[in-house]
Amino acid sequence: MKLIENVSRRGFLTGALATGAFVLGAKVVRNHFLVEHAEAAAGVFQPDIFLAIAGDGTVTIVAHRSEMGCGSRTALPLVVADELDADWSKVKIDQAIGDPKYGDQDTDGSHSVRSFFDQMRQVGATGRVMLISAAAAQWNVSPKDCTTGPHFVVHTASGKKLGYGELAAAAAKLPVPKKEDVPLKKRSEWRYIGKDSNALFDLPDIVTGKAVFGMDAAVPGMVYASIEHPPVLGQKIASYDDKPALKVPGVQKTLTLETVTPPHLFKPLGGVAVIADNTWAAFQGRKALKIQWSSSPNQSYNSAEYRKTLETTSRQPGKVVRSVGDVDAAFAKGGKIIEAEYYTPHLAHASMEPPVAVVDYNGGKPLAWAPTQNPQAVQDTLAAVLGIKKEDVTCHVPLLGGGFGRKSKPDQVAEAAVLSKQLGKPVKVVWSREDDIRFDYFHSVAAMYMKAAIGADGKPTAWLQRTVYPPIASTFDPNAKYADDEMGLGWNNLPFDIPNQRAENGPADYHVRIGWLRSVANIYHAFAIHCFADELAHNASQDSVQYLLNLIGPPRIIDLGLKGDEAEEAKRFPLDTARYRRVVEIVAEKSGWGKRPMGKGHGMGIAAHRSFLTYVATVVEVEVDNKGELHIPNVWTAVDCGTVVAPDNVRNQFEGAAVFGASLALYGEITATNGAINQSNFGDYQIVRMNKAPRKIEVHIVESDAPPAGVGEPGAPPFAPALYNAVFAATGKRVRELPLSKTKLV
Amino acid sequence: MGAIPYILEVPQTGGAMINLKVNGKDRSFDGDPDMPLLWYLRDILGLTGTKFGCGISLCGSCTVHQNGEAIRSCTTSMKEVAGAEITTIEGIAPMHPVQKAWMEIKVPQCGYCQTGQIMQAIALLKDNKNPSDHDIDTVMAANLCRCGTYQRIRAAIHQAAKEIA
Repeated sequence: MKLIENVSRRGFLTGALATGAFVLGAKVVRNHFLVEHAEAAAGVFQPDIFLAIAGDGTVTIVAHRSEMGCGSRTALPLVVADELDADWSKVKIDQAIGDPKYGDQDTDGSHSVRSFFDQMRQVGATGRVMLISAAAAQWNVSPKDCTTGPHFVVHTASGKKLGYGELAAAAAKLPVPKKEDVPLKKRSEWRYIGKDSNALFDLPDIVTGKAVFGMDAAVPGMVYASIEHPPVLGQKIASYDDKPALKVPGVQKTLTLETVTPPHLFKPLGGVAVIADNTWAAFQGRKALKIQWSSSPNQSYNSAEYRKTLETTSRQPGKVVRSVGDVDAAFAKGGKIIEAEYYTPHLAHASMEPPVAVVDYNGGKPLAWAPTQNPQAVQDTLAAVLGIKKEDVTCHVPLLGGGFGRKSKPDQVAEAAVLSKQLGKPVKVVWSREDDIRFDYFHSVAAMYMKAAIGADGKPTAWLQRTVYPPIASTFDPNAKYADDEMGLGWNNLPFDIPNQRAENGPADYHVRIGWLRSVANIYHAFAIHCFADELAHNASQDSVQYLLNLIGPPRIIDLGLKGDEAEEAKRFPLDTARYRRVVEIVAEKSGWGKRPMGKGHGMGIAAHRSFLTYVATVVEVEVDNKGELHIPNVWTAVDCGTVVAPDNVRNQFEGAAVFGASLALYGEITATNGAINQSNFGDYQIVRMNKAPRKIEVHIVESDAPPAGVGEPGAPPFAPALYNAVFAATGKRVRELPLSKTKLV
Repeated sequence: MGAIPYILEVPQTGGAMINLKVNGKDRSFDGDPDMPLLWYLRDILGLTGTKFGCGISLCGSCTVHQNGEAIRSCTTSMKEVAGAEITTIEGIAPMHPVQKAWMEIKVPQCGYCQTGQIMQAIALLKDNKNPSDHDIDTVMAANLCRCGTYQRIRAAIHQAAKEIA
């Protein structure tokens, strides 16, 4: 089976891709291993991505990943355009609907560029070879004597030129060349990849307010809905009075939604929906509802008590997820033993755009417009809640006003679908900010226990780490108590040169929906590991950077003994301590580590963490005044994320990650009382503001030929430990829990 | 994704008429006088460049101009803007120096808060032609960006100030 096929004459193209155009489809799968598998298994060619060149030269590239601010909607088409040798100003991007034919569309895990870079290059380069062939045939010369410039083919000897648009019709009739006959550009020939010449495709629309986000979706005949959810997960409506709500001008009616039962998946939470002429009327109607709720076992959830439960579990032996040498024997030898415990609370995503969706049930063939990271999950979820077939669900994907993992979970789309079916008209469900904060799929609360035996040189001879938190798996399986799938997120892959080490995971019960948030478990794992490493450095009276380099040890490839997909991934992305050391060394140099005078209340801290296959080291500088007020004048981050497509966007992502890190480290805390979430809006769930954010963030990208790795998430994990280590350097206070606002610094 | 059609008509509720100007156009509204301007702009006029973020004036995503001053449209009721001239992002002739600076510095990530940031920045530069970092931080601290583009916003405001001067 061919992986790229000329599909110009197929009937299924519409709109921008229709008639007369030269169109390429490609079978896209996540990595080479799967490519071979797909070749062997698939009987019928299913085009996954399209590249189309119209007669006027307009190149249309389909973006099959969601755009939530990470830039992949621009980066992947940029890769196609580069290999095609297209003029970027003639490129249009068409956003794909949700469809399994595109392969994985779940835009999370920082893998859009990582997984699709090679395929996008191949598609673009194949188009270029075919355009050259078409021109050569027309000129009756050998394709070998032709080359391309931006958007044209040129015959080198004669200087004859034909534009891509002029060649489109002829190229459309050609067979697709074999992969071995399609040369890729040398890195030195890249026109766009690795350059700063291009901005986000949507930038002009964003700054003029024309960009269409999920919140902006609207269809004729649509009504608005706002839903009063059960305050505690699992509570049912005991009774309700909607008469006052129905008196609110603009309110049409109320409808009830069945309370969700485990597994919670992405099903509607339940509650009472107010249907109205506009969003405001729906919000006002909701305020007038009077609802009595039944009891739920989750009413036992109180954060202060739950913390004690997690901490108690963290002091007991857990499930071993990685073991090297013999930790118990090393501890039994005695000598200096250091223990520490760390705690991190729940977090909410708080994207600037709250969850929202428009769904038109459309007689059982629903149309959805949703800011979703995963339009195929919308198809699956709507099919399940409506009792229809997945392929009957069409999900359009406008821009997402932030996502951070929340928008992989389309529960609000399911709500709109259920309501639209009952009403027989399109419904727009709008979540308020309070809904967003209270009814999130929360980032887990976690407790970590750390223990090390220290050798004569101050370096650990043994290291034990234990982590306990309700797993993401509990959202899909109510019996899940262990975070098996999250151990790869900074726990079973400690890159330290310590002869005896063991990582463990203890069980925990969920009481709220648990989900993934930008960089996921790496946040608390990196927090514990790198605060603890700094404690050990201080205890050994050694410089934190030098100590960290000693922990990482000599340049080598670490075999983590991974299995399955992780083992396959490790072949292409081995854990390379040379790269790890390099980011530490660069960030130390750029920050002037150890060379800048630090007075009272002034200090720097470092942390380095690899996540989503990217190596990141961060130095945070803090100033704490005599009132205990903290400022962050500088942050330096060194990043090795392999080959970079859009360097300025990478810098922007890591600048943003420092701000995201500052929000969670300074303020981030979600708590529950009797099962209900205490926070509700930006007043009690603070996001860092410009005057408190790091004042200056410098991002240094390491030049690398390695395959592209993650960008959206990896900047977040090292920030909190680097900040806390800086606070220790500045004040002598060793704080072991997030967020910092809970601790008085003087 | 193609353009989405907007609903431009809603049933009128027969209240007292509120007249105002939006982006230079005369408008009248006889719905709930307590309705925030934000929802009038978005749900009734289809001017969706103004965003909903928090509903309680804590994030600035809904920033528009009332007679040239930046206001939070999520907590400004229709009765409060009777007779006012409202300018939204759609009423700013592109490319305003602030928009241009936003493009050159490549400020946005997701972009959702950026129209509010731009409207706030335009108002800031109207009052203060040459703001210091501190001036910018003090005013712009009212506008949240979850993607964390503050450093670029600050740089873009300085750049726009130079161009306007």
